[in-house]
Amino acid sequence: MTEVTRAADVTEQAEDAAAARSRLPDLTYTEAETDLRSAVRSVLEERATAAAVLARTETPDTYDIGLWRTLASQVGCAGLLIPEAHGGAGASFREAAVVCEEIGRAVAPVPFIGSAVIATAALLELGVADLLGQLAAGATTAALAVPFESVPMVRPEPTVRLAGPGASDQPGTYRLTGSVKGVADALPADWLIIPADGVPYGVYLVAADAEGVRRTPVTSLDMTRQLADLELDGVQARLLGAGPAAEKAVATALRAGAAMLAAEQLGLAERALDITLAYVKQRYQFARPVGSFQALKHRFADWWVAVTQARAASRYAAACLAADDPDMAVAVALAKSVCSDTAVLAGQEMIQLHGGIGFTWEHPAHLYLKRAKSSALALGTADRHRAALAALVNLPPA
Amino acid sequence: MSEADLAEGLRAQVREFLSQHDPATTERLEFVRARFDAGLAWVHYPVGLGGQGLPRIAQKVVDAEFAAAGAPTNRPERNGIGLGMAAPTILAFGDDEQRARWLKPLWTGEDIWCQLFSEPGAGSDLANLATRAVRDGDHWVVNGQKVWTSSAHIASRAMLVTRTDPDLPKHKGLTYFGVDMTSPGVEVRPLRQATGEAEFNEVFLTDVVIPDTDRIGEVGQGWQVATGTLMNERVALGAFALPREGGMIGFSAKTWREHPERRTAGLHDRLLRLWAAAEVSRLAGERLRQQLAAGQPGPEGSGAKLVYARLNQEIADLQLELLGGDGLRYSDWTMHRPDSADFYGRDSGYRYLRSKGNSIEGGTSEILRNIVAERVLGLPPEIRLDKDKPWKDLPR
Repeated sequence: MTEVTRAADVTEQAEDAAAARSRLPDLTYTEAETDLRSAVRSVLEERATAAAVLARTETPDTYDIGLWRTLASQVGCAGLLIPEAHGGAGASFREAAVVCEEIGRAVAPVPFIGSAVIATAALLELGVADLLGQLAAGATTAALAVPFESVPMVRPEPTVRLAGPGASDQPGTYRLTGSVKGVADALPADWLIIPADGVPYGVYLVAADAEGVRRTPVTSLDMTRQLADLELDGVQARLLGAGPAAEKAVATALRAGAAMLAAEQLGLAERALDITLAYVKQRYQFARPVGSFQALKHRFADWWVAVTQARAASRYAAACLAADDPDMAVAVALAKSVCSDTAVLAGQEMIQLHGGIGFTWEHPAHLYLKRAKSSALALGTADRHRAALAALVNLPPA
Repeated sequence: MSEADLAEGLRAQVREFLSQHDPATTERLEFVRARFDAGLAWVHYPVGLGGQGLPRIAQKVVDAEFAAAGAPTNRPERNGIGLGMAAPTILAFGDDEQRARWLKPLWTGEDIWCQLFSEPGAGSDLANLATRAVRDGDHWVVNGQKVWTSSAHIASRAMLVTRTDPDLPKHKGLTYFGVDMTSPGVEVRPLRQATGEAEFNEVFLTDVVIPDTDRIGEVGQGWQVATGTLMNERVALGAFALPREGGMIGFSAKTWREHPERRTAGLHDRLLRLWAAAEVSRLAGERLRQQLAAGQPGPEGSGAKLVYARLNQEIADLQLELLGGDGLRYSDWTMHRPDSADFYGRDSGYRYLRSKGNSIEGGTSEILRNIVAERVLGLPPEIRLDKDKPWKDLPR
């Protein structure tokens, strides 16, 4: 049935070209973005091999801070989103998304999203110049102290509150008490940015090694991004912002985090596909490469198609964030829902299509599955983001 | 020259053309013929053949300018196959005489083209086709049957692939023609489909005489020419992004908004999943277009077609459930013969049935998955038992 063509589409082209075309941003990669990708990839290919990443998950230092310093100083990843005036690179979420894709490809244990995206976005919103300068230099990292499963569209209920000042405190001193469970990228952080209830509700800054702070590593589903439980007992804190400005900073940071996590999921899905493809081309059973069986070929085709769709969604979200586009909320909800599903599909397919070896500890497939599933649960599940979409595009529930 | 300069220059050319050919008073055919002669038909085509050898992207400037002036059109909706598939084939494989003879009436719509490729015994395995062309001096005599031919009943010319040497392996013994559909021995019969309509035809060829001057490409080169035609089919999947909810999902979103009484939690979940998938596929289509803007169609388009077919079917299925009792009714089973394919135009029941063809026409979804697996992902090709045997010895 080759004779059918899209006559209706030809009609559109000719009759209604201008009207039918809704303006969409550039969804490809610019030359500068491709160069940045190469720079990040060459570092990760050397320093975040599958064997190295796997080995590190069984050590006490699950985050590779040495690698992070290299990415921060050599490639300039730490200050991508920070304006040049504060010592950053003055780039945009388009470039940050490319870095996330590469980190996802390597399932690299570095705090890019927690520090250079989420904490940075909050500090930018609050205008905390001194800390932005430190982060841009890559010397220190910060983490926003909210559970990793926080949903961007929902204000996280603070589990930390202002405590009364100590007996010897100067007026204007703030102290925080409470706990936050399951915070991403807090283990290697130098600074914790903490939303807390009280008068005022606000976002506060605490040194991670301050007296009264306890960070307990969590045995996490994904040990390439190990979570931490935080406990604060009358810890001295600096107020960064209060009231609606603080709420907006948290919401903005989480939305940026969700969009960049989607880019990470895209990279993960793409690399899982690459690795699995290479395997089925050289693995022989029945005297043939297993990749020559149509049952497998069709699964690969569907997987590849899913990655092309995820890429479009992820690029659109990055472009909308970069341009402060009014469609940003829709774009992020689309990207996080689609990329979460695609990453989990990729993790599952990677294991199944490798057969027995894919189910072993020594093979990295489980690292991809665990990071995929964890990131799908983080910063709003696909379902949560679709529910957000329902409100945004006027498709109310039953 | 910058893109802006190029666009401004083209706009000036169109204005100059319009000043000499008043769109309000010039007869339609006269107007479009003159537009062709002025090189403003398809500006990416060569000079002298309706174009100016410009980048493909410049065409939208010209189209927009003519549309804004309310100019008469070449009625492209009637000749989608001609414009989208025959024309690039003639340009790539035809000789100078054929280009000069065929492209102008094709563009103006005086010649509607159809495509005589598939046969009852050659669907996915197109190269197995059996329609025979036998040479007799300076012409050919053709016998066979073609099927799934849209527009055959209004077409004056057709792209035809025939077998000219049954002793060669199947891909090697084919030859391509541009056949005159008014020739004696060409019989067109409607082919009714599941929707009740006859959007397609069967075409019977009995001792049809084709002059050798209507052969496109060399004798035995038919497979390469046909492949070139089909490459254009896959990119014909819309050159512009529809607006959000511009496709089939728009009907379902509208029904959902207008009928709160039909909403259930299960339908809501399906609707949101499909809405998101449809919107993302719109973005992916735009990304593909941006990638292809300067380049040639590649196998990546197969991925877009796979998504499109699946989504259309799933959305059309959801839509019937959103309609409840109305989903039990159908508009009209009378056999009509529309001039062009219309996937959306009628009611939900029609779309439900018509979309079932989307995963068959233009390459089945199974064949497209093979194409993606082999040509995009580099997986080993299917094991072929028919590649080196003479066509006449293949089991069938």
